[in-house]
Amino acid sequence: MRILYYFSIFAHQFFNMRLFSEIGRFVLMILSLFTKPERFSMYWKETMRQMVNIGIGSLIIVGIVSTFVGGVTAVQFSNQIMGLELIPMWWLGYIVRDSMILELAPTITGLLLAGKIGSNISSELGSMRISEQIDALEIMGVNTPAYLIGPKIIAGIFVMPILVTIAVALGIFGGGMAGVLGHYYSAQEYIRGNQDMFVPRFAYIMLFKASVFGFIISSVSAYYGYNVKGGALAIGEASTKSVVNSCILIIIANFIIASLLLS
Amino acid sequence: MIEIIDVKKSFGQQEVLKGISTIFESGQCNLIIGRSGSGKTVFLKCIVGLYAPDSGSIGFDGRDVIGMDRKDRQNLRKEIGMLFQGNALFDSMTVFENVQFPLDMLSHMSLEEKRERVAFCLKRVNLTGAEKKYPGEISGGMMKRVGIARAIVMNPKYLFCDEPNSGLDPKTAILIDDLIKEITIEYNMTTIVNTHDMNSVMGIGDKVVYLSNGLKSWEGSKNEIMHTENEDLYDFIFASDFLKGLQKAATGRK
Repeated sequence: MRILYYFSIFAHQFFNMRLFSEIGRFVLMILSLFTKPERFSMYWKETMRQMVNIGIGSLIIVGIVSTFVGGVTAVQFSNQIMGLELIPMWWLGYIVRDSMILELAPTITGLLLAGKIGSNISSELGSMRISEQIDALEIMGVNTPAYLIGPKIIAGIFVMPILVTIAVALGIFGGGMAGVLGHYYSAQEYIRGNQDMFVPRFAYIMLFKASVFGFIISSVSAYYGYNVKGGALAIGEASTKSVVNSCILIIIANFIIASLLLS
Repeated sequence: MIEIIDVKKSFGQQEVLKGISTIFESGQCNLIIGRSGSGKTVFLKCIVGLYAPDSGSIGFDGRDVIGMDRKDRQNLRKEIGMLFQGNALFDSMTVFENVQFPLDMLSHMSLEEKRERVAFCLKRVNLTGAEKKYPGEISGGMMKRVGIARAIVMNPKYLFCDEPNSGLDPKTAILIDDLIKEITIEYNMTTIVNTHDMNSVMGIGDKVVYLSNGLKSWEGSKNEIMHTENEDLYDFIFASDFLKGLQKAATGRK
């Protein structure tokens, strides 16, 4: 029944052309970013500000979550393969590393930041829209999508891979700590596993995924925030929509990238 | 001079502006008045280009904004200053940075020149000493003055004010009105003020346009408005019992 319900919502949106209309407006918004900046230094300053906001502002939460995710992965796999003669325990290092690189770090960081950064971007732009700050910029002759949205998207694309790389490092560290402290394997065994069978292509896939997720989070949230109409309630709705849709798009993009690049 | 010819604007089925034509002369304070929901703000936003009218023409000294391409429109906007109803100041910037922002973004001035210009504008609106404060730390009247300073910092030819007195006490409202009037004369700007405050009309209104239900119901000077035969406008002006009493006493009108 639940599936039918969601299907009916999809069909309703589809046949009302709302979906096409939203996609069209989103594409137009992205196209409007490609204009000559009024003052390059101001755009550069805003991009740096966004990078600090997204990067430094998310470091602690990403660090905590990825360390524990690495730890949980190590403990659960250790319990599953413990006692199996065919799989040596030093493989845990390899399993945690590749799990973090290929799946856990990009996806969990993406979903985490969809909540944190996504809601932040949409509510910031939504408040600016409602308090007429965007209108004020328009009146000055500023290309508002380019100035307000462009730097956020650039920051998302470039900062996300850095955060994901940090998440991988901390996840591997967390896996090591959990396994060594839980007496599943020794530090030497874990490090050996970390160093064995490394495929550099996986790291490139991870960085690519992270950039795509960064783009999705920043652009989708900016789209909903920038187009807010109404009052405070509309900002809340835009924030919710941006988080939900970013999460869905991240999961879909994750599947597509994995299917295309790993097959 | 801003010439408006038969401007119409609808939102869905709702027709907000039903064909308005008028002329706003330069060096004057032109006031748009009307009840809430009469279409004042939509009209003002159509003039400045925030809303695209469905039909009609809007000419800024002969330049029609309706058919303008993006580049010309952006150039024209550099000649426009606007004071918003809610001030629209950037929360993350100080008073000084708010006023300096248009210069940073659009001018080719050196840093020193920009600082001098901002200091001059802040002094002009009597805000010297508040440069380092954030919008959240200053009063409503001060915010309006920051808004005016930001609106005039680029030395615009056209100044638009959307309900500049809303939320202010009567004394501060008069100060803001006087400031708008002085600046208009000083820089020979075409100023359009959107208001429903009769004190503003009597204080600074060189020309008054009264909107009612999306139509221009009356236009004239502030001296003519007190003797209007337009019943709708009369009701609007003398909505307060106090004013109505004074008018009846003065004119004997029932």
